[in-house]
Amino acid sequence: MTTSTLSRPEGRTRSYAAYGRPLWRRVLLTRESAVIALLVVVLVWSNLNVVGFDGPLTLYFLFLDIAPILLIALPMTLVIITGEIDLSVASVVGLSSVLVGVLHHDAGLSIPAAAVIALVVGAVCGAFNGFLVSYVGLPSLAVTIGTLALYRGIAVGLLGTTAVTDFPQKWTDLAQQRIGTSSYPVVLIPFVVLAVLFALLLHFSPFGRGVFEIGLNNEAAHFTGVNVERTKFWLFVMTGAVSALAGVYYTLRYGSARGDNATGMELQVIAAVLLGGVSIFGGRGALHGVVAGVVLIGALSSAMRLESITVNKINIVIGVLLVLSVISTSFLAWVSALASARTNRALRPGRRRPSAMPQGKESR
Amino acid sequence: MKFPQRRLAALASVTLVATMGLSACGNNDTSSNGGSSGSGGGKTTVTFLPKNLGNPYFDTSDAGGKKAVDEFGGTYAEVGPDTATPDAQVPFINTAAQQGVKALVISADDPKAICNAIGTAQSAGTKIVTFDSDTSPSCRDLFINQATSEGIAKTEVDQVAKQIGDTGEIAILSAAANATNQNAWIDLMKKDLAADHPNIKLVDVVYGNDDDQTSFDKTAALLQAHPNLKGIISPTTVGIAAAARYLSTSQHQGKVALTGLGTPNQMREYVKDGTVTSFALWNPEDLGYLAAYAAKALVDGDITGKTGDKFKAGKLGSFTVGDGATVLLGDPFVFDKSNIDQFKF
Repeated sequence: MTTSTLSRPEGRTRSYAAYGRPLWRRVLLTRESAVIALLVVVLVWSNLNVVGFDGPLTLYFLFLDIAPILLIALPMTLVIITGEIDLSVASVVGLSSVLVGVLHHDAGLSIPAAAVIALVVGAVCGAFNGFLVSYVGLPSLAVTIGTLALYRGIAVGLLGTTAVTDFPQKWTDLAQQRIGTSSYPVVLIPFVVLAVLFALLLHFSPFGRGVFEIGLNNEAAHFTGVNVERTKFWLFVMTGAVSALAGVYYTLRYGSARGDNATGMELQVIAAVLLGGVSIFGGRGALHGVVAGVVLIGALSSAMRLESITVNKINIVIGVLLVLSVISTSFLAWVSALASARTNRALRPGRRRPSAMPQGKESR
Repeated sequence: MKFPQRRLAALASVTLVATMGLSACGNNDTSSNGGSSGSGGGKTTVTFLPKNLGNPYFDTSDAGGKKAVDEFGGTYAEVGPDTATPDAQVPFINTAAQQGVKALVISADDPKAICNAIGTAQSAGTKIVTFDSDTSPSCRDLFINQATSEGIAKTEVDQVAKQIGDTGEIAILSAAANATNQNAWIDLMKKDLAADHPNIKLVDVVYGNDDDQTSFDKTAALLQAHPNLKGIISPTTVGIAAAARYLSTSQHQGKVALTGLGTPNQMREYVKDGTVTSFALWNPEDLGYLAAYAAKALVDGDITGKTGDKFKAGKLGSFTVGDGATVLLGDPFVFDKSNIDQFKF
C-alpha cells in the first residue's frame, strides 16, 4: 500500500514478480482475515450451542447496541492509522446527547434542528482537537485526555444530574425501527453509507494514501507532498462530527439525554479498532477488519450474556482477546517472514528480491 | 502496483462478511421460536437485574430473591453491569428477552432510558417487576416499594422519642437543602411531632449536603449552638454516619441520641460502642424476597397489577397491590445491637 504510484512505462515487463507472497497468503495471513475468521467461528458456534442466540432478537439487539461503536470506529480507524488517537469521542457523544436534550426541551427546537446543531458542535469539538494536535503540534494523547474531561464537564454542567426524557415517540421509535421485517435496525443504513464513504476515502483515494504514509513516517509523508497538518485536522473534525451523530442516535435510542451518557465508550471503540487489526503505532489497518472487530466484541458479549456469564468474566475474555490479537500481529509477521524467506531461498538462492521490501512495513 | 489486488481482497472480505451476516439472519427467523420458548421450560425463571453488581446492598436483596425463588422451585439468575448506568443495563434486559425468562426483577438506573428495552421484553412475554428504584409507572408491571414517606418519617420520630423519653430538644441533620426525599420526610416529621409528641421541640434543621466532612462539621456546630440538645435525626446515610463519627469521639457520646436512615456496615461500630441505639432502613433481603414472590404471582396469573390484587409471599405473609401497581414492603426495619450482625450491606 505504500509502494509508489508512479505509472510504469507501457509495454515494458518487469523482471521480477509483482508480489513477494502468493495471493492466498496475502489475503488469508492478515489480521483482518484472522478477525473475520474468528467472528465466523463465534457466530457459528453460538448459533449451534448458545440457547437463544439463534432467536430473532439477537442480531437486532446486537446491532442496536454496537451501532454507536460501529459509527465512531470508522473515523477512529483513520485517526489511529495516522498514529494519533482521539480519547474524547465518548465525551462528544455525551455532549451531543445533552445538546439534543436541552435544545429540544428548553429551546423547543425540533429533533432534526437540534441534531444538526449537535453535529456542528461535534465538528467544532473535533476541530479544536485537530487544531491543537496538527497546528499547535501537541501530542494527541494529552490533548484528547484534556478534552475528554472538558467536553464531559460541559455536558454534565449543561444538564446537571437531571435527564431530559420527553422526546417525541416518532423519533425514539425511528431509532429502534427495523429495516422492513428483518433483524437489522434502520441505524445500519447511515452506518453502511458512512462505512462505504470512509472505505473509499481510506482505501481508494489519495487522501487515504496520505493517511497511511503519515502513520508510517510523518516526515517522509510531508516530503512526498502529503499535507500532514490538514489531513490530521480534518480527521479529527470527522471524528467529532461522527461522534456527535452517534450521540444523537444514542439519545433517541434510550430516549434519555444525560450528561453521563456513553461514559467509557472511547475505550470500547479503541479496543474494537485495535482488535480489527489497526496498528496503534499507525501505518496499517483496514476498515473491514475494524467492522469485524466491533461485531466480534458485540457477538461475544451477547453470546456470553445469554449463557449468564457475569460481566466481569466477559470483560476478562475480551481483554485477553485484545492482548492475544496484539501478540498475534508479531506472530503472523514472524510466520510470513519465515515463509517468504524459505520461498526466496528455494527460488533464487543468494539473491534478494526487491518485492520483499514492503513486508517489513506491513508487519508493523 | 500492489493496490488493485489489495483492494479486491478487501472488497471480497467485506462482501463475505455482509453475505454471512445476511444468511445468518435468514436462518434466524425460521428457527427462532424453538430457541426462545424452549429455554423457559416449565419452571418459573426469575432474573434479578440490580443497578450494578458488586454492591453489598444488592447482594443482600438478591440473596433474599434467591431464597424466595428456591422456595417456590423456580430458576434464579442474577445478572448486571459493573457500572450503574442505564445504557449498561439495557443489554441485560435484552438478553432476558432473548432467553425468554418469565420474570425480570429490576432496580432501574434511569426511570425512562430502560423503558424501550422493557417494552420489548414484555412483548416477548417477560413480566417486569421493579424494586428499590422505580421506572416510569407505565413501563413496568409492578413496583415493590421499600417504604413510604409516612412510614419513614414516623419510624424516625418514634425512634428518637423512645430514646430521649419523649421530651426535650431535637435537631435534624439532612442532606442538601433542596433534596426532594429528605424535605418530604422532614415535613411529615414536623406534622408527626406536632400531633403526637408535644413535648419534643425541633430546634434546628441543618444541611450536610450528603458530604461526609460537611455533615461532620454541622454536627459539631449543632451541639455547640444547642447545649440542651437531646437527639439528632439524620434521614440520610451519609449524614448519620458522619454524625455518629463525631459523637463517638466527643463528650456527648451516649448522652445525645442519634437515629435516622443508615446502613448496617456504616453504623455497626457506632451501635456496638453505644453511640447509636438504633437506626432504620428497610430490609433489602425482605425486599428481594417479596419482589421474587410478586414476580411469581404475575407469571402464574394470580395477579395482574390491578389495585386490590392479593398474593402470598412465603414467610412475609400476604400483600395487596396498591395504587399505581405498587406493593409496599411495610414499615422501615429497625436495626439495633441485637440484629445488626445479621446484615452485611
